[in-house]
Amino acid sequence: MSDKFDAIVVGAGPAGCATACKLARAGLEVLVVERGKFPGAKNMTGGVIYGPVLDSLFPGAPGDIPVERAIGRHVICLLSDRSSVSLDFNMAGSGDRNGYTVLRSRFDRWLANKVEEAGGIVAAGLRADDLLWQGQRVVGITAGGDEFRADAVIAADGVNSTMATKAGLRVNLSPENVNQGVKEVIGLPREAIEERFGLTSDSGAAIHFLGFCTRGVHGGGFLYTNKESLSLGVVVQLKALMESNLKSVDLLESFKEHPTVREYIRGGTTVEYSAHLVPAGGLRMVPRLFTDGLLVAGDAAALVLATGRALEGINFAVASGIAAAETVLKAKERNDFSKESLSVYEKLLADSFVLQDLKTFREAPRFLENQRLYQTYPELACKLAEEVFRVDGKPKKKLWQLARQEMKGRVSIWQLLRDGLSARSSL
Amino acid sequence: MSPMTIEERLALNKYDVDTEAHIRLNENICQECQPRICLYICPAECFKLRDGRLSFAYEGCLECGSCHVCCDKGAIDWSYPRGGFGVAFEYG
Repeated sequence: MSDKFDAIVVGAGPAGCATACKLARAGLEVLVVERGKFPGAKNMTGGVIYGPVLDSLFPGAPGDIPVERAIGRHVICLLSDRSSVSLDFNMAGSGDRNGYTVLRSRFDRWLANKVEEAGGIVAAGLRADDLLWQGQRVVGITAGGDEFRADAVIAADGVNSTMATKAGLRVNLSPENVNQGVKEVIGLPREAIEERFGLTSDSGAAIHFLGFCTRGVHGGGFLYTNKESLSLGVVVQLKALMESNLKSVDLLESFKEHPTVREYIRGGTTVEYSAHLVPAGGLRMVPRLFTDGLLVAGDAAALVLATGRALEGINFAVASGIAAAETVLKAKERNDFSKESLSVYEKLLADSFVLQDLKTFREAPRFLENQRLYQTYPELACKLAEEVFRVDGKPKKKLWQLARQEMKGRVSIWQLLRDGLSARSSL
Repeated sequence: MSPMTIEERLALNKYDVDTEAHIRLNENICQECQPRICLYICPAECFKLRDGRLSFAYEGCLECGSCHVCCDKGAIDWSYPRGGFGVAFEYG
């Protein structure tokens, strides 16, 4: 079998579906190749798509998009082994929303349906194995023993992107540039979720944890509310995990037993266990984004913002997918799919938040190498809070005295200042 | 919530198991390898050590790619399962 398409998209995730949807709507013949037996079958995420990026593809979003809950409450929670200190930003009652929790198996399937509605072909259960070349130019893919040809191929095949690697645009991933996420989806009645997290019927909470959840290993924990389930997980840098001799699943188990977390998930039933890698190297790991006949989008291009204060990937995937489609449309007008013609892609990304955010926070990965973020500071915050709030019948000390007392043996003033300055310039 | 074994965790997921493994090990390299980081790094604990021999139980693989990234000995011939096979997340 040999067919010629205008574009072949590898991967029916948010990046690939965004590209395919836009191209199919413009009347192009688009084939999406997805290795999962249905779109979304292989895809897992912590669980939040932030910002308004879906609006441009689906006006009036969320509309009928299968999102779980609109985020109205953001919490940053520092954990010691037995207590926690939180910064809790709550706008759940105001009606204002910024992002949605999603379960990717459902969300991605819906996106792929939209591609088909627009006239694109989605071939699920088909794994792209290799690229087809004509000289230096990519002219298609091989999948399931067949050849499929196109003017442009879009590699949206995720963090382990076979296509971008085969195209020679990137080297293999290295352990300091990727995080491993493990997650449980925990079923819990809707009423229990809304009561425990102080939510109204459609609003949701996103809680990010630092400290005991990874037992000091470079990484963090997350807890997101879905309609009738919670997404609970830990994300750790592969390099740090390798050096710790700990297993992420054991970190997840002890995270679940932490007194603060235990109460949130009480009575729940785990319904799924999943794992995935997350690009976390920032701008330094973004590969070359295009070559003759090929564009790379989403996780495949490492377009993920991981700063410690933000972990955003789906919005970056969708935005890069849209930019890839705009690039292909321009190339189609010129009937020129050379890398010179496709270089528009990088300009579009550079003009949008995608590359601008990665540039702004280019130093964040280095900042996040600081071991004190994962043990010393969360412990310090919890111990200090414990002292501040404790009434034990003895004369009290002033705040600064308490702080000095708790810092002793943990961190010096100079280290604290240095870390503060480093945070200022990185975050 | 009570702790779960890895087997109990994987039993929650849906799999379409292929007849052949999608990941293969170079036994000669694995035999000599220390500290066998794959034993710790695999979130599905697919790497098993039996009688001093390392093997890969592909049936429970979560297809994350961690082993491929972490093995610096080049002992892992890694790919995703064939189209349609492997794990199929219902939530994700």
